[in-house]
Amino acid sequence: MSDQPQVVITDSSVVKLPRGVRLRRDPVRNHMVLLAPERAMALDDIAVVIVQALDGVKSVDVLSQEFSEKFHAPKDQIAQDIKAFLTELSNRRMLEIVQ
Amino acid sequence: MNVALSPVPTPRAPIAAPPPMAMLAELTHRCPLACPYCSNPLDLAKASEELTTEQWIDIFRQAADLGVLHLHLSGGEPAARRDLVELTRAAASFDLYSNLITSGVGLNENRIKDLADVGLDHVQLSIQGSSPISADRVGGYKGGYDRKIAVAGWVRDSGIPLTVNAVCHKQNMDQLDEMLDLAVKLGARRIEIATVQFHGWAERNRRQLMPTKEQVLKANQTVAEASKRLEGTLVIDYVPADHHSTYPKACMGGWGRIGLNVTPTGKVLPCHAAETIPSLIFDYAYKTPLADIWYNGQAFNAYRGDDWMPDLCRSCDRKSIDFGGCRCQAMALAGNAAETDPVCIRSPLRNQLVEKAAEDAAAQPGDFVYRGR
Repeated sequence: MSDQPQVVITDSSVVKLPRGVRLRRDPVRNHMVLLAPERAMALDDIAVVIVQALDGVKSVDVLSQEFSEKFHAPKDQIAQDIKAFLTELSNRRMLEIVQ
Repeated sequence: MNVALSPVPTPRAPIAAPPPMAMLAELTHRCPLACPYCSNPLDLAKASEELTTEQWIDIFRQAADLGVLHLHLSGGEPAARRDLVELTRAAASFDLYSNLITSGVGLNENRIKDLADVGLDHVQLSIQGSSPISADRVGGYKGGYDRKIAVAGWVRDSGIPLTVNAVCHKQNMDQLDEMLDLAVKLGARRIEIATVQFHGWAERNRRQLMPTKEQVLKANQTVAEASKRLEGTLVIDYVPADHHSTYPKACMGGWGRIGLNVTPTGKVLPCHAAETIPSLIFDYAYKTPLADIWYNGQAFNAYRGDDWMPDLCRSCDRKSIDFGGCRCQAMALAGNAAETDPVCIRSPLRNQLVEKAAEDAAAQPGDFVYRGR
C-alpha cells in the first residue's frame, strides 16, 4: 500500500465541507451538530462560526483576519485555532481541500 | 372494620433515557446475496409482510421528531425496495442524515444519480473479500464482486461519500491489507472492519467463520498500522473479535441509549438480535407511537440502567464503559440475557467461551450454511 501524503492546513488553505458532511440545528437537544458518516459532533459557538464561514473561496488567512476584527482578538491566535480545528476535521475526512 | 393500609404499588418507572441518535430501518429482508453471517434473523420476513411506503415515511417523520439524526436504510438489500428513491427523498425532507447500507446489487448508474438528486447523504458498500472468487463464494452470488466495483465508481461519480464495509472472519481475515487497499482504490473515505458477531446465521457457521487468536492479533496490528499510515485518506472504524477480548463490547453503545432498529414488518427492536431474547415484548411502529416505544416500551427498558444487572456487573467499575456488554450474547451462551456477558474476563463462563472459540477456530471449515437457502 502506498503512503498517501497527509494534508497540511496552512494560512493559504481554502476549504469547504464536502458532500456528506453538514451542519444543522438539532432542535431536540437544542444545539448545532455537524453530521458525517456515523458521526455526530456537537459544536460550540466558535466552531459553528468557523464551519459556517468555510465557503471554499476564502483562505484561512482571510478568515483569520475577518474574525480578528469581528471578535477583537489577535489574528495569530485565531489562525492557530482555526488550523488546529480544520486539521482535526481533515484527519476525519470531514473536509474538502479546494486549494 | 379493619382496613389494612398498604402503599399503592407503583409501576416501575421507566429509566430516563436520552433521545435516540440513530435508527436502522431494515426496509426488507430480501437480498440477492446469502452471506453466512447475515445479521437478519433466521426467520426472514416475506415481501408481502413488509411495511408500505407510507408507513415507512411516517416512521421516519416520528424518528426525526424524537431526535434521530442518522437514518440507516438497510435490509436485506434495501435496493430490492422499488420505493427506495421515494423513501430517501422523504428522509431528506425531515433533515435526517441518510445512509444507504447496500451490497450494491440492484443499483445501477441511473438509480444512484436519482438517489444523489433526492439528497442521499452517504453510501456504505459491503465487500466480502479482496478477490472476485473469494468474495463471491462468501456472498453466495456470482458476479457480486464485479458489480460492487462498478457501483463504487458510480457512487464516486455522483459525489456521494463512500464507506466500504468489510465483515471479517476466519476465511478472509488474512486479506485485510488487500481489502484496505481496495477501499482506497475505490475512493472510499472510510472503511468499517467488523469481526463477525456470532448470532443467528453466524452462530450456525462458527466452524467456518471463527478466527484464530493469531489471526485476531495480526488483524489488530494491521489495523493499528493502517490507521496511522492512512490518516487523512481513509478513516478506519474497527470492531475487534470480542471472543478474544478481555472485556465485552459496549454493545449498541448501551441498551436503549443510542439507537433503535425497525424490522421490515415494523417491529421496533433495541438491537437487531433482540428477538433472540424470549422475555422481551416488542411493539409495532404502525400501532404505537415511536416515542412511546422508545421511552416506555418493555423491551427498551428491560436492560437500561443497572437494576437488571447481576451483582458482579452492578458493582463493576466498567459498567458505565461497556454497560454490561451484549445481552443477546448472554442469552445465547449463558441461557439468561441478564447474566454477565460471557466474553468478560470476570464471567464464570469465560473459560468455556474461550475453549469453544479456540475449538471452532482450529476446525477445518465445512460448507457455509448460507442465509435463507
